[in-house]
Amino acid sequence: MQRRDAIEKIMKSIDDELIVCNIGFPSRELYDIEDRHETFYMIGSMGLASSIGLGLALSKPDKDIVVIDGDGALLMNMGSLVTVNACSPRNLTWIVINNGAYGSTGNQETYAKDLNLAEIASSVGLKSYSFKDIDLKEIIKDDECNFVEFKCKPGNSTAPIIEFSPVFIKERFMNIL
Amino acid sequence: MDSTEAIYNGLKDAGINFIVSVPCVNLSKLLNMIDEDDGIIHIPVTREEEGIGLCAGAFLGGKKPAILMQNSGLGNSINALKSLTELYEFPLLMIMSHRGTEGENICGQVPMGQSTPLILEAMNFNFFKPGSPEGAYEDIRSSWELSIEEGKPVSVLLEIKYW
Repeated sequence: MQRRDAIEKIMKSIDDELIVCNIGFPSRELYDIEDRHETFYMIGSMGLASSIGLGLALSKPDKDIVVIDGDGALLMNMGSLVTVNACSPRNLTWIVINNGAYGSTGNQETYAKDLNLAEIASSVGLKSYSFKDIDLKEIIKDDECNFVEFKCKPGNSTAPIIEFSPVFIKERFMNIL
Repeated sequence: MDSTEAIYNGLKDAGINFIVSVPCVNLSKLLNMIDEDDGIIHIPVTREEEGIGLCAGAFLGGKKPAILMQNSGLGNSINALKSLTELYEFPLLMIMSHRGTEGENICGQVPMGQSTPLILEAMNFNFFKPGSPEGAYEDIRSSWELSIEEGKPVSVLLEIKYW
């Protein structure tokens, strides 16, 4: 299983949830699988998906927020683990697809390759799960802030570049809120 | 209006209701006032760059965000300010305690303090350097609208002599 398969599995549990998606191939693959107004695609600022998702979750407590993040991006913003835990908005589900690689730059290995990210998240206090053990929809809908690690193999699909301008992505997203 | 009240009043009258912060000793009284204000969500962050992400998310969710930090935090945030805030035209008010300016007694603050206005100029971001509480109030109050107009962050630098 590669990232694209993981995203396809995640999307089976998504209805009207707001998604913030990591930069690069994760956003491109999600765009290719299912483009929707409720998705904020990141075009820059690697590492900040969970921070954007946290700000959104705190501002929109009546909406469920799902962050689709990557292991390389998480390593770039480890501080977010403690900030998200300190705030613990009940409407936030933070999924980290751990393929052990910087996929968008040529699949260089990350230090997360042999790490258990769910255990690390759990150690700072976050409710943490491995994707294979859960019903994602239940986790999204429960009244907790949750962290989910989805382990898979490296590799990119042939997903196209997102054709929208950043401002269009933002305005389309905000127009449905 | 003392130096801290001027900032607080400026933020309130600009409608700011979501604040992220990394502390500075000069901002400590302000941070306490914000903590006691039920009309403002205040989230301390581990690093300023993280806060830039939170502010973008908060704006998506309908809030008016600001970041309070030392100018050192500008250095920690440059890429996010360009490839998130400016790229998507997110408005953002940045209130910076400008260390390393006249009266600084920690030498480690000086190099970044001297370069801070130059960095903002190079980034093509507007900034103000108010010299009095009245000036700070007016600059802060008007900066949110300016930031929306420009689709870029607007900064207010508060030098040591300001306090």
